[in-house]
Amino acid sequence: MVFSASRRRHNSYTLAPLILISVNVLLFLTFFVWPAIIGLAYSFTSYTGVGDAPWVGLENYQELIGDADFYAALWRTLIYTACVVPLMFVMSLGIAYLLVSPYAKGKPVARVIFFLPWLISPIIAGVIWRWLFGENFGLVNFVITELGGDPVSWQSNGDLSLMIVVIVATWAGTAFNMLLFIAALKNVPVSYYEAADLDGANAWQKFRKITLPAIAPTSFIVMLLSTLHAMKEYTYFVAVNDGGPGTENNLIVQYIYETGFKRAQIGYASAASFVLLLILVIVAVLQLIASRRKGS
Amino acid sequence: MAASRSRTGDLPKKIGSSAIMWLLAVFYGFPLLWFVVSSFKPGGELFSYPLTFWPKNPTLEGYSEAWTSFDFPGYLVNTMIVAIAATLLTIMVSAACGYALAKYGNWWLKVFAGCILATTMLPTETILAPLFLVVRNLGLYNSLSGVVVPAVITATGTFMFRQFFVTVPNDLLEAARIDGSSELSTFFRIMLPLSRPIILTLAIFSFQWRWNEYLWPLIILNEPSQFTLQIGIAGIVGANNVNWSILISASVLSMVPLVAIYLVFQKYVMNADINAGLKD
Repeated sequence: MVFSASRRRHNSYTLAPLILISVNVLLFLTFFVWPAIIGLAYSFTSYTGVGDAPWVGLENYQELIGDADFYAALWRTLIYTACVVPLMFVMSLGIAYLLVSPYAKGKPVARVIFFLPWLISPIIAGVIWRWLFGENFGLVNFVITELGGDPVSWQSNGDLSLMIVVIVATWAGTAFNMLLFIAALKNVPVSYYEAADLDGANAWQKFRKITLPAIAPTSFIVMLLSTLHAMKEYTYFVAVNDGGPGTENNLIVQYIYETGFKRAQIGYASAASFVLLLILVIVAVLQLIASRRKGS
Repeated sequence: MAASRSRTGDLPKKIGSSAIMWLLAVFYGFPLLWFVVSSFKPGGELFSYPLTFWPKNPTLEGYSEAWTSFDFPGYLVNTMIVAIAATLLTIMVSAACGYALAKYGNWWLKVFAGCILATTMLPTETILAPLFLVVRNLGLYNSLSGVVVPAVITATGTFMFRQFFVTVPNDLLEAARIDGSSELSTFFRIMLPLSRPIILTLAIFSFQWRWNEYLWPLIILNEPSQFTLQIGIAGIVGANNVNWSILISASVLSMVPLVAIYLVFQKYVMNADINAGLKD
């Protein structure tokens, strides 16, 4: 009895977890390890998706370094990220703060309103704002002209078009980060604020000295996730202006998609993908170092 | 807490906080409201200046056009299949893996946990082309399963379940073992039912991800009969002459299922400690 029980226990301790993770392992090998390996291999070839994959060594990477379109896409991606991440951070933290504050009234309804944009797909979110910011028909230009101003070229000016995508992404991405911040804010001990009240601290001092340090780990996660997310944005640009005007707002993923799937330069697109991956890893490591330093 | 504070300072704070919050709420709510209201305007009224907020002659014309003039029902069914299949698979796979990571101590489990974490660093976008080749080689090109299967492994889901199962007392597991329950049947009969809140939370998140996914289906699906809603709608956006009447109505229709699910399961989403899933 004792023997059989211990033998069964031993078996199932290896076998059971193995069975439980088996599907995950299989999927991981098939859809992450395999593509990553062949992607790296293809980045050294001039593969087009069919036939042979002639080895070209570092040629793709050398060509990328001199490719003005690639730089333009990369630069545009960085500008977009630098705009959207701080804006998203401030908005989602601010809204979360109001939603846990004891003073604001009507929170249950407001919560639903703030949450709705998260449900909307990036394509539709883009369409909604494109509708608002239409140059000849949009509500925004209508209001501007009613107030005596001139219609603004929201679609044909590249910078304004990018700005609209920044607004769309912030609008649509706030809810998720807001949930993270709400959970974090609820975990800050009330006694800290009560002690600060006794010392006569004002609201801003309490926010800066107590709230911000207490939610630092969540702030880090939000920054990291939204940076990585912004660097990979594609759909909003398609929906708002199809990366336009012209190709001005073709960001890096769109560049990879166009070269890889429209022009069938899979080797070259793979090289671009690995440059993107490298940048994402560097961003993540830099943010990790920054958060460690701040923590110590 | 509020009672211990002085009453005199509260009123301006209440007015100030509420005013800022509702100003922001208008900013977040208005674009959607304007869009939905516009969907009831007849085609001509959409562009007739001066614009008015409420439709003068409300109509469902746009909706009937959207339903018939492109294969809306077909796209809807495809999207449903993708979202439901991917969600069910994601929950099963994430729960099993998360449970193993929480309750067993084998060294290779720790290694695999690291691997799953790495998948968050290696997003689909950075391996688009090779992933496409793999899926094509598996014979999944231009099929809905090609959209579903690669999406099933989800780090967020796995770690959400892991965090949950860590909090389930080991005594419960020991008791089941003493009663002679096998490891797998303990998982299926005791642990999985226990994790109902996580299952529901992840179900909503997963459904939302897949319902709204655009880039991957765009790459994998080639024939209009296989298209999902997002691709169908993006097709109207990309047309030379955007038919706004159809576009707006189709967009509103495509949002209805998600909004309905959200309103039913709101409390799970709002209380979800998604931090737990992301921090580790």
